[in-house]
Amino acid sequence: MTILLFGVTKDIIGSSTLSMPSSSEFGVKKSKTVKELKEYLGKMYPELKKLSSLAVAVNNSYANDDTIIDNFDEIALIPPVSGG
Amino acid sequence: MNFNRYQRQTILKDFGPEAQQKLKDSSILVIGAGGLGIPALLYLNAMGVGTLGIVEQDIIEITNLQRQVLYTEKDLGRSKIEVVLERLNAQNSNTQFKTFDTFLTRHNALEVISQFDVIVDGSDNFPTRYLINDACVILKKPFVSGAIQGFEGQLSVFNYQGGPTYRCLFPNMPQQAEIPNCNENGVLGVIPGIVGNLQALEAVKIVTGIGEVLNGKLLLFNGLNQSYQAITFSLQPENLMLKKLHKSYGAELCGATAGISVEEIEEKLSEGKALQIIDVRTEVEFENFSLPQVKAVNIPLDELKGRTKELDFQSPIYLLCQSGKRSEMGVRMLEEINNKLELYNIIGGVDRFLAHHK
Repeated sequence: MTILLFGVTKDIIGSSTLSMPSSSEFGVKKSKTVKELKEYLGKMYPELKKLSSLAVAVNNSYANDDTIIDNFDEIALIPPVSGG
Repeated sequence: MNFNRYQRQTILKDFGPEAQQKLKDSSILVIGAGGLGIPALLYLNAMGVGTLGIVEQDIIEITNLQRQVLYTEKDLGRSKIEVVLERLNAQNSNTQFKTFDTFLTRHNALEVISQFDVIVDGSDNFPTRYLINDACVILKKPFVSGAIQGFEGQLSVFNYQGGPTYRCLFPNMPQQAEIPNCNENGVLGVIPGIVGNLQALEAVKIVTGIGEVLNGKLLLFNGLNQSYQAITFSLQPENLMLKKLHKSYGAELCGATAGISVEEIEEKLSEGKALQIIDVRTEVEFENFSLPQVKAVNIPLDELKGRTKELDFQSPIYLLCQSGKRSEMGVRMLEEINNKLELYNIIGGVDRFLAHHK
């Protein structure tokens, strides 16, 4: 799956997109929901865990923690930005 | 109304004199006359919006000029609201202007916002953005939100005809540690120009009824690859239940703590009073420039919590920074440590001192 990064998530991860291996290769546990994906990314990039208000979109729709993610889905990590 | 002036848009089949009349009858409030607010104001004013409101209290600084294209080098040190009013008046003398020379606070937000049909959020901090959301929800006003960072922008229309709100997308205000502070927040000059113009377009669509309003969708703009991506999101009905503003909107909200004006400080100094003034700018900023008439002690904001022993808690503490934003945060920090202190934020900071002596 492809993860598109916006705002500060781009700075934390260091690129504008992130390709994730398929779920069978996610380690011990398969990542299937948005919550699990967030936890997985949080382990790899601890700075992400500091973001209390991070929206996640799956295929261009706002997703909740329990939204199921498929291998072919396009994910976006969207933190709020405040600049004006 | 001189319809000839607007002929290039009134000849449009889907706009016409009817939409022009609706623009004339409308009132739009732009909060912040900065990177986003300026392009929005310029186009709304040019196109013939009848009443335009502007909320702004900043002074024009040299670092504003790379993106706030209404201001010139000659305007440095002047108040933004004064310069904006002058230019917009010259641009379109038919517009009624209502200016608010203040920051939006929880004390004035409802009163100011209630006077307008549509709100354009061009503010530059989260506390104000959440305050605008909550005030608009309470007053049932749609607001056009734009925000920028780096090479990116976000755009959406919230609270439109019972639709989703800012809190449906980002339920909680980010904590202070997550927010890049005013030293670190970079933006490529043209990006707010693009997003601010898109905000003007949405505001025009709302008041005239043309096209489709961008509600329930968040538009993500990436200037580096010219991509526009729309994320759909839906209403969380509990977010419309709000009846009162929150008690506090956090550290960054200007005007929320006790403030003191530069004039008052100077008056005290001229009476020979020794004031405990703490300059919370960085050491480099302090060394580069400090005010000769103000005997300040430099304790940078990020060291303030660890250096409270250097402060005299028995006498009033006046906090100073470049624009008044960091000193505001400093006041909040010290309040948390000891709520019995007599603390003042010097409004407008060094910039205001300089403007005062121009």
